[in-house]
Amino acid sequence: MTLRLDDAQKAVRDGGRGEAAALAFGLLARYAEAVGADSLLAISGAHIDGCLHHGQVSLDFVRRFVDLDGRVAVPTTLNVGSIDLIHPEHFRGDPALRRDGEALMRAHEALGCLPTFTCAPYQTIFRPRFGEQIAWGESNAIVFANSVIGARTERYGDFIDLACALTGLAPASGLHLDGNRRAGVVFDIAAVPTGWHRDLLAVAVGIVVGRRAGGRIPAIANLPGDLSEADLKALGAAAASSGSVALFHAVGLTPEAPDLETALGGRKGVARETVSAADLADAVDGLSSVPTGTPITAVSLGTPHYSEAEFSTLIGLIAGPPAKVPIYVNTSRDVVDRIEKKGWLSELASGGVSLVVDTCTYLGPVMAESAGPMMTNSGKWAWYAPGNLGIDVAFGSLADCIASARAGRFVRA
Amino acid sequence: MTAQTLVAGRGAGAPLALAEPLSFWGGFDAATGRVTDRHHPDRGACLTGRVVFLAKGRGSSSGSSVLAEAIRLGTAPAAIVLGEADGIVATGALVAAMLYDLHCPVVVLAQSDWGGPMAPRLLRVSADASEAWITPGG
Repeated sequence: MTLRLDDAQKAVRDGGRGEAAALAFGLLARYAEAVGADSLLAISGAHIDGCLHHGQVSLDFVRRFVDLDGRVAVPTTLNVGSIDLIHPEHFRGDPALRRDGEALMRAHEALGCLPTFTCAPYQTIFRPRFGEQIAWGESNAIVFANSVIGARTERYGDFIDLACALTGLAPASGLHLDGNRRAGVVFDIAAVPTGWHRDLLAVAVGIVVGRRAGGRIPAIANLPGDLSEADLKALGAAAASSGSVALFHAVGLTPEAPDLETALGGRKGVARETVSAADLADAVDGLSSVPTGTPITAVSLGTPHYSEAEFSTLIGLIAGPPAKVPIYVNTSRDVVDRIEKKGWLSELASGGVSLVVDTCTYLGPVMAESAGPMMTNSGKWAWYAPGNLGIDVAFGSLADCIASARAGRFVRA
Repeated sequence: MTAQTLVAGRGAGAPLALAEPLSFWGGFDAATGRVTDRHHPDRGACLTGRVVFLAKGRGSSSGSSVLAEAIRLGTAPAAIVLGEADGIVATGALVAAMLYDLHCPVVVLAQSDWGGPMAPRLLRVSADASEAWITPGG
C-alpha cells in the first residue's frame, strides 16, 4: 500500500524540514505501511519511551538524529530513564549501565525533548486535551491519555515514538480514528468485596479487565461513581500490565462513555463479561507472593509516578506512629518542585518517605534494600517487580501499605 | 512463492516455524539468539541464521530494540516470514538497516501458504521494495 501524502508531508519527506526529519519520515512511512495506514496525520505532542537502555542500538539510534542536528517538531516529553539524575548517588548498579543510561537521557534532551523523565506526562503542563492527536509511548500514559482524557494515540514504542516527534506526524490508523474507539466488550462489575478501599478496587478491576479483554476495547459498567483520577490511573496501569489495554471506557466516569450506549457507539450484541467479588479478590490475592504476617523490607509507592493529590493523601496517612521500614515514592522532578513549594518535603522525610525521581524503583537498583519482600499499592509494580528485581511482593491498599510499614510486616489495615 | 515485503533484504537458512507468537522483548536473548520465554514451546531454540516463520508478533513494543540489537550483534534470524504484518518486528529490522546497513528481510506470507516453502532444507528470501520471493536453496 502506498501512503497518500499532502504537500507539507512531502516536504518533510524531501528534506524541507532537515535531514533528521527526512530520515525519521522514511522510518515512519515504512512503519505506517506495515500497520496498514493509507495516510499520515499531524500530531500536537509526543511522549518518548526511549530513555531505557536496551543495548548499543538504543544510543546509536538517538545519536544518528543528534548528529544530523535533529529537533523534535512538537512539544515532546520524556519517560523515565535508568538513572535518577537528581539523586544519582542512589544508583547502585553497574557503572557502564549508569554511563550509557545517562548518555541516552542527555541525547534525547539534545533533540529538544523536555527533561520531564516521568511516566505520567499527563501530570505536567503538557497534559493533552480531549480529542487532541498525540503520539505517546509508555503503556500507562497511553491508556490514561486515551481513556481518562480522551486524547488520541496508538500504542507507540521504541524508535517510532521518536520518529513521530521528529516529523510531527503519525499513521492515520488505530485509536487515532474515532471509528476504532468504540468498546468491543462490556465488563459488568456485579459486586465488590466489602470494606475495600477505592484504590484496591481500581487495581483489581484493572487486572481482571486486562486479562480478559484480549484485543477488544473494554467498557466497564457499574463502577462506583466516586472513583478519583488517581484510581482511574491505577486501573489503567494495571490493565496495561496484565493485558495490552490502550483504551478503556468507564461508564459514567470517562469522557467517551457518559453512558453505555455511547461507549458502544450504538453497536448491538457486544460480548458481556460479569466480574464477581470473588474474581476481584482472586486478582488481588494473585498480586501477592507472600502471606500476611511476612516481614517486609520496604514499601514502594508511585508506579505510575505520584501526583500532587496523591502526596496530599499520603501526608494525611503518615502522620502518626513512625514507619519501621522505608517508604519509597517514585515521582517526577516537576511534582517534587510543586510539593516543595507547599512545604511538604520535611513532613514526608520525617514520615520515613524517600523520594525517587526521574526513574522507578522497579527498573533497577535504586533502593538500598536489595532483598524483599517489598510492599506496594501499585498493580503495575506488583506485576513487574518480581521479574525485574527478583523479589517477593506484598500487595494492598495505600492504608495497608502504611500500616505494614509501621508493623514491619505485611498486614491489612 | 511470492510474499509481501515489509523490510527489504536477502537472507538464506534452514526454515524454523515457531509454534506460537513471540515477543522479542522478554522472550528472546539478543546476546545468544535463543528463545528465552519460559512459557514458549520453542524455549531454548536458536534463531540465529534461520529463516524464522512467525505467525505474529506479540507483546512489548520494546521488541523492536531487541530485534535491532540482535541484527547488530549477528544473532538475529537470516530472514523473518510473518503470518500477518507486524509494526514492531518491521521497525526493529528497519532501524538495523538504517543504522548499520544490515538487512534482515521481513516478509508477510499467509500462514495457510507456509506448507510449500517449509519443505526444503534450505530457503532463500529475497525481498525488494515491491515484492518478495521465497525459493528453495541456500
